[in-house]
Amino acid sequence: MHAYANPTRFLQIAKPLTPWLLGAGLLLVLGGAWAGLAMVPGDYKQGETARILYVHVPSAWLGMGGWTSLAIAGLIQLVWRHPLSGIAARAIAVPGMLFTALCLATGSIWGRPTWGTWWEWDGRMTSMLVLLFLYAGFIALTSGDDGQRQGGSLSRGAAIYALVGAINIPIINRSVVWWNSLHQGPSITLGGSSIDRALLWPLGLTVLGFSLLFGAIVLMRMRRIIADNRVAARLRRLADDEGI
Amino acid sequence: MKAKHQRLILALVALCGIGGAGVLAASALRAEAAYFRTPVEIQGGKAAVGEPMRLGGMVAKGSIQRQADGLTIRFVATDGKASVPVEYKGIVPDLFGEESGMVADGRMRADGTFVADRILAKHDERYMPPQMGDMPKNMKAPATT
Repeated sequence: MHAYANPTRFLQIAKPLTPWLLGAGLLLVLGGAWAGLAMVPGDYKQGETARILYVHVPSAWLGMGGWTSLAIAGLIQLVWRHPLSGIAARAIAVPGMLFTALCLATGSIWGRPTWGTWWEWDGRMTSMLVLLFLYAGFIALTSGDDGQRQGGSLSRGAAIYALVGAINIPIINRSVVWWNSLHQGPSITLGGSSIDRALLWPLGLTVLGFSLLFGAIVLMRMRRIIADNRVAARLRRLADDEGI
Repeated sequence: MKAKHQRLILALVALCGIGGAGVLAASALRAEAAYFRTPVEIQGGKAAVGEPMRLGGMVAKGSIQRQADGLTIRFVATDGKASVPVEYKGIVPDLFGEESGMVADGRMRADGTFVADRILAKHDERYMPPQMGDMPKNMKAPATT
């Protein structure tokens, strides 16, 4: 594990991996979207409206999965101080926030025709909105700091923020079980799926596809942060040599 | 003990603390964070007349009655333990129907009827194609074009 925490070693793997993740992710998302929109039947109750779940569910998964990985990166940063963990956390924050926003937007668009409302302050929606704000806070906290000088690593405050924010993830997950909510209960649990198999398989494609795309975006952002740090370090050395 | 082991233990202890605090907070919020109350919670005068609240439940089978004015509907909301009659004047969402979930904003009237200002439909977590054989009889397949 320590070997891959070395930025040079990481770049050797990340560079060839990125186009594969990107290509496979795009193919799976397009295939899953085509299958979800055109091949499978509509829902028995909601009709065509339920097809938005093929975007809504992967977005929710990546919004929550994004913060989970961000918190793990924060923990590694705090304990082992691997230079890559802070870079990974910075790289995850923006796509994580994007997918959280996409989840809220698709949920709102879905809620209007089915429930009859764009937005309600029930447990699921409120906790998901809190996740969006957590991402915004993390981005604000890490974009104004001196990350380039520290090789991209997080300040202790940002790493602790990432860990503390993780408490919201089980709350989002359990919000529809603990509290009466407008949002329905979980469809996919460890015990099985209450989405019929005929409607479920395109969801598998889009979840996997969006996850690979997420991975590709994170790798690209990590490479960019590393490149930026190297440019900044070189400029600093040049400036020092010239005695400016 | 190396410094990084100390940090690991410290971080894990802090994580447990945060998790415990979260669980405590969530369980304390159990009743407060509920989006609606169910009939058993408001039946028998447990809810003050005229106090704004939200009622959630299933629409009892065969209970929807359209009134002569064409706009007002009456139905019975139930949670399996208790039932509350509901009156509402307005347009309901498409998914509103008998043996289906609904959430109503409104208040109790002195005669024990819940008068709703707004009705939302609540659906369950099942998704399936319309031609499934085990479909409940009251659920019709959507019209296809």
